[in-house]
Amino acid sequence: MSAETRSGARPVFDGLARKSGEWLSLVGGFGVLFADIVRRTVRRDFDRSEFLRNLYRMGIKSMPIVTVTALFTGGIMVIQAAPIVQRYGAYGLLGWGAGFGTLREIAPLLTALMINGRVGANNTAELGTMAVTEQIDALRALAIDPVGFLVAPRFLAIVITLFLSTIFSDALALLGAAYAGFGFLGVEPAVFYRGLTTGLLGFGDVAHGLQKSIVFGIVIGLSSCHYGLATKGGAPGVGRAVNSTVVASAAGIFVLDYLLSFALT
Amino acid sequence: MIRLEGVSKSFDRTVLSEVNLEIPESCLFGLIGPGAAGKSLILRMITGLLRPDRGKVTVAGSDVLAMGDMQLHEYRRGIGMLFQNNALFDFMTVAENIAFPLRRLFHLPEAEIAQRVAERLARVDLPGFEGRLPAGLSGGQKKRVGVARATVTRAPIVLYDEPAAGLDPVTSQKIFDLLRAEQRAANATVLMVSSDLDRLLTVTDRVGMMLEGRLIFEGTTEQAKNAADPRVYQFVHGKVDGPL
Repeated sequence: MSAETRSGARPVFDGLARKSGEWLSLVGGFGVLFADIVRRTVRRDFDRSEFLRNLYRMGIKSMPIVTVTALFTGGIMVIQAAPIVQRYGAYGLLGWGAGFGTLREIAPLLTALMINGRVGANNTAELGTMAVTEQIDALRALAIDPVGFLVAPRFLAIVITLFLSTIFSDALALLGAAYAGFGFLGVEPAVFYRGLTTGLLGFGDVAHGLQKSIVFGIVIGLSSCHYGLATKGGAPGVGRAVNSTVVASAAGIFVLDYLLSFALT
Repeated sequence: MIRLEGVSKSFDRTVLSEVNLEIPESCLFGLIGPGAAGKSLILRMITGLLRPDRGKVTVAGSDVLAMGDMQLHEYRRGIGMLFQNNALFDFMTVAENIAFPLRRLFHLPEAEIAQRVAERLARVDLPGFEGRLPAGLSGGQKKRVGVARATVTRAPIVLYDEPAAGLDPVTSQKIFDLLRAEQRAANATVLMVSSDLDRLLTVTDRVGMMLEGRLIFEGTTEQAKNAADPRVYQFVHGKVDGPL
């Protein structure tokens, strides 16, 4: 290999090494933060009033957007299925079809994406602003650990919010599907309900979606807290951190959804 | 006594180089110097928020860098700090901000907390501001709330990073006089970083000057005003012509 080729390859290897280092540092940062949160949660060493405050503003205040998303999602599923249902006259299976897709996949996934956009982004923006305005350092200077005071309560609030929102979303999406079935296909709600409950669907399908919602909540909570705490560079830095959170969480949700769908089936 | 021995720190460039500094007990020490000279870094090192690459930081005989989490927690209970950007918690009211260290660190009864918050607010000329949020305050008002929070625990060591930044000259002088009175009342050791030299030097006992990461002068306020080092003289007197 000529000296010229070697010198040309050097920057590529340097770039790869630097990128690998950044990725390892990112994964390590996530791991350390997650371990710290788990340790504090097990020991109940976190601020309970902050937890309740965040649970209210993240959970209760997300209800309108979760409601709209769930109702319309249920309706959309019926509209998409309508031609097939009509062609084969499978009106009695509409409840099962809508329920299967909603409970196992659509409700946890779309609720997670909505919570990611509303709560995850907001959480990163808040923590990021606190980081760049020295509020996190002020906590440390006051001998208060930011993980116990800020991060663990927010992480737990996000996980619980997503879990409860998914239950709520399951119910509303099925309601939306039942009304759409009645409106577009003339399927009586009682027929829709029988399709849901005649044995083809079980608690396992509900649990499948809820297990996913917990994992998605962990992804959003960890990502939004990590990027928030690591924010640097003033207001543009906060914008970059929010962007990173939304993208990383959404990508993580889809990848883990794929893996969990295999693992839990 | 606060002592820094051979403290050095680098990020992408050297920001502190072999700094040796002693701040006697019960002294009001002013740290001056142009921007990016490393003054704020010294405050962060004393609180243990930033570790030097080399050197030693000791406070009242204890090595800050050798402290574990529990020791650091105890140590920080004895420090009050005002940050350059005030660092008020923007989701808390003024009263909650000032009461925060009392509630979290000292677990005082609510009646005593309310009384001490009211007393602090009266002291910084903001009575009746208890329920306001930091977002609704002017820069000067935020600074005064920051001062109230830094002094509410009557800590034996208080660190101020630009306590008068953004204040008009009259309010600025009032703040410096207040900080001096507080320091005397609590017999506290105070380290104050400020660019407002006209007012800072009216209250300091001793002064140190940082330049490009090095401590180039340390002495009494009078010695600083009459310094033989032309860089110190130029900076203290705000002369345009000179080596700086």
